[in-house]
Amino acid sequence: MKSAEEIFNILKEKFPGSVTELVADKPVDPFIEASPLEIDKICTFLLESEEFKFDSLMNLSGVDDANGEKEKDEKGFDTIKGGTLSVWYHLESIELKHKITLKVSTERENPEVASVAEIWRSSDWHEREAFDLYGIKFLNHPDLRRILMPYDWEAGHPLRKDYKNPEFYQGMKVPD
Amino acid sequence: MIYDWLHDITGSELLAAFIQSWLPLLLFILPFVLVAVLAERKVSAHMQDRLGPMRVGYHGVLQTIADLIKLLQKEDITASANDRKLFNLAPLLVFAGSYAAFAAIPFSGAFIGSQIELGLIYIVAVTGLVVAGILMAGWASNNKYSLLGAMRAAAQIISYEIPTLLIILTVIMVTGTVNLHTLSEMQTGYFWNWMILGGPEFGLQKFLLIPFMMMGFLIIFISMLAEVNRTPFDIPEAESELVSGFHTEYSGMKFAMFFLAEYANMFAISAIIAVLFFGGFQSPFGYLGNSLGWEWLVPFEQFFWFTVKGLFFIFVQMWLRWTLPRFRVDQLMAFCWKYMIPFAFVILIIVGLITVL
Amino acid sequence: MALKTEEMILNMGPQHPSTHGVLRLELKLEGEIISDVIPHIGYLHRCFEKHAEAMTYPQVIPYTDRMDYLAAMYNEFGYALAVERLMGIEVPERVEYIRVIMGELQRIASHLVALGTYGADIGAFTPFLYCFRDREKILHLFEITCGARLLYNYIWIGGVSHDLHPDFIRLTRDFITEFKPNIKELNDLLSYNQIFIDRTANVAPLPKETAINYGITGPNLRASGVKWDLRKDDPYSVYHKFDYEIPVGSGERGKTGDCWDRYIIRVREMEESLKIIEQAIEQIPDGDVTSAIPKRVKPPVGQIYTRVENPRGELGYFIISDGSLNPYRIKVRAPSFVNLSIMGELCKGWMVADVVAILGSIDIVLGEIDR
Repeated sequence: MKSAEEIFNILKEKFPGSVTELVADKPVDPFIEASPLEIDKICTFLLESEEFKFDSLMNLSGVDDANGEKEKDEKGFDTIKGGTLSVWYHLESIELKHKITLKVSTERENPEVASVAEIWRSSDWHEREAFDLYGIKFLNHPDLRRILMPYDWEAGHPLRKDYKNPEFYQGMKVPD
Repeated sequence: MIYDWLHDITGSELLAAFIQSWLPLLLFILPFVLVAVLAERKVSAHMQDRLGPMRVGYHGVLQTIADLIKLLQKEDITASANDRKLFNLAPLLVFAGSYAAFAAIPFSGAFIGSQIELGLIYIVAVTGLVVAGILMAGWASNNKYSLLGAMRAAAQIISYEIPTLLIILTVIMVTGTVNLHTLSEMQTGYFWNWMILGGPEFGLQKFLLIPFMMMGFLIIFISMLAEVNRTPFDIPEAESELVSGFHTEYSGMKFAMFFLAEYANMFAISAIIAVLFFGGFQSPFGYLGNSLGWEWLVPFEQFFWFTVKGLFFIFVQMWLRWTLPRFRVDQLMAFCWKYMIPFAFVILIIVGLITVL
Repeated sequence: MALKTEEMILNMGPQHPSTHGVLRLELKLEGEIISDVIPHIGYLHRCFEKHAEAMTYPQVIPYTDRMDYLAAMYNEFGYALAVERLMGIEVPERVEYIRVIMGELQRIASHLVALGTYGADIGAFTPFLYCFRDREKILHLFEITCGARLLYNYIWIGGVSHDLHPDFIRLTRDFITEFKPNIKELNDLLSYNQIFIDRTANVAPLPKETAINYGITGPNLRASGVKWDLRKDDPYSVYHKFDYEIPVGSGERGKTGDCWDRYIIRVREMEESLKIIEQAIEQIPDGDVTSAIPKRVKPPVGQIYTRVENPRGELGYFIISDGSLNPYRIKVRAPSFVNLSIMGELCKGWMVADVVAILGSIDIVLGEIDR
């Protein structure tokens, strides 16, 4: 069983450039911030190393941080420019019974995160959902397409804070 | 007896024979099927701890009539991509195949639809029409699911004909006749003269035959269940896998024909098993009419006993349907070819040896 | 010269008697053998997560009911637990006991539906009705407590909405005495029936490592031989006070982790739940159930991930709060969502008739897959 500080220290030694900080002051879970394009190497290490053995990815969620500039676009709706989208990973080890939370942040305009679908097969559909609802592109994902919305939904990514419903979809009026 | 009466009325042999062979159909089977549908719903309901139809008539007895009226006035939908001739012909074939078998079954000592010397062989041949009808229905529906269902049904029926025939051959070897009426007449007396207990001749042969006759009865009962597509062999109509199998696309009166044919089939096989093994229309205890001196009562009593035996086997079929899950199609085929057919062969050979020696 | 065979694509479409909801399975077949299964979901997507951002924390509770509508008490339980941990609220002990009793009754009800519909898919129509008859008794217990049979809005943040009805404990005891022989009847009728065993044993065994890597949880994981149950391994509420076993699959009638194992684990879990309920109604203390419910639910800035053991697996709530009355982000980790993703891998090499058996043994509810 390892605590979050111990895990952070070992990770910081192994991946000095990619693992940035441990945020432990806010309630409730402490989390480790890491860089979005190196996250697959970090996760491979977490899965395979003997002292960690994080063999199960409990959850992977996208979050819209909405920390950019609020502007009005051509049609007069509020949009957010700049800022970040983040992806949160909750890992646990069934053998050694410890847990850790990781967070990566990526820019809003062209969000790209390395995919961990080949490492834990459970993240396959979670990443598709993050792509569908936030627009985060996962590099090297085996089959990145929409999962909950219809496959040909053109009007954006619904869970973003500045999302507006389109007027028409395939000729049908979208209700309010 | 009835033939003579009809002959007197109509004055023509052909007409009398024609009407006589239609009588069991109109007077008995069609009303019976109406009752059987209701009986199935009530029996299944009580087995499942519920009540079944209760509102139409007293405790639901008029439910089937209501259903029939509903089906008659439904729109007859034929999809444009269906093969129209085959689509319309299929239910007729299935219906005809099931109902034609009743002409050769003895309902009572005094009445049989038509005295055919080759009774059993005629029945087996005519129920083969059902396979053709099912295949036509599946193909003409132009629907992947229906086609799958029809092919499975055809494979199942054809495979399970073989153990049926082998056991029928066994009984024929013991009794020496194919005529169902004669078979029933042979099993007179009390119930220890029935085929399942070795046959009418008392002697060593009778006791040797008893275990083989019982096994033969089990084999033929299971094979005939498979022939009429009842659970556990109802893969062709499996609701949860293929919606409704080969009769998915049928509506209205055509669907009613498939439905009625199924229940008539059930009674036909119950009747055949009763005749082959359980004495046909013979009473197990002797005749009330004989002991009271009222000779005219005997044919009615025989009819009563025949109906009771048929209904008993139908009840067993319904009971099995609502208790057991269904087989997968490859397990069904393996069961037939690897287990039933060898068993039936062995029984045939042993019984043959016993009768010869 | 070999025959060239083509792959046929068969759709088990959104409307089908046995896909347990609106799910489209695209089967790629070679004859009767399956080469791939691709599930298509999203037909029941009701944007729960987006709605939650516009409502206050207590207003989200009826919405959580409607995700896994067959185990509604547990959805509320998980959500209330997450918000209470974030806010640091301690609930009275009576509330904890009531939540455990309701949760375990809900587990039995949910398993009865799963087992009944599984039998009906295989062709045994009668156990379906017997299971539903027993489930009616449980729904009656829920009805006298909170007025609703399926979607309750009962477990609130900081407590429960109503105290137990005065007859509740007596009726629960009657239910337990009536239900124990019914489990035996179900076993005689369905579980040990040779035809059922032929259909389900040795079909699609799931090895341990694949299960853990795919994130499978709940009875499916335990059937593959992994003894992992959140009630014992990551305890929450008062589960540590009870004495119960965790049934683990061991390949009794076939390989470990086949469909029969997944089925029989659920039957055994029902027996264990009965034990927990019996102990809980003996030990339940008195108290006021609404005393700890806050007037305004305003958690501090932060985030939390909490998980509970749903009848289908690990139900997780990831809540991010920005200090206001509305949640900033709620992500629900639904167990059926993750369990369904293994269909493609699991069905390879089996026949079309087995797809129905395999899908039934995984036990999914489309409401929580699509949210």
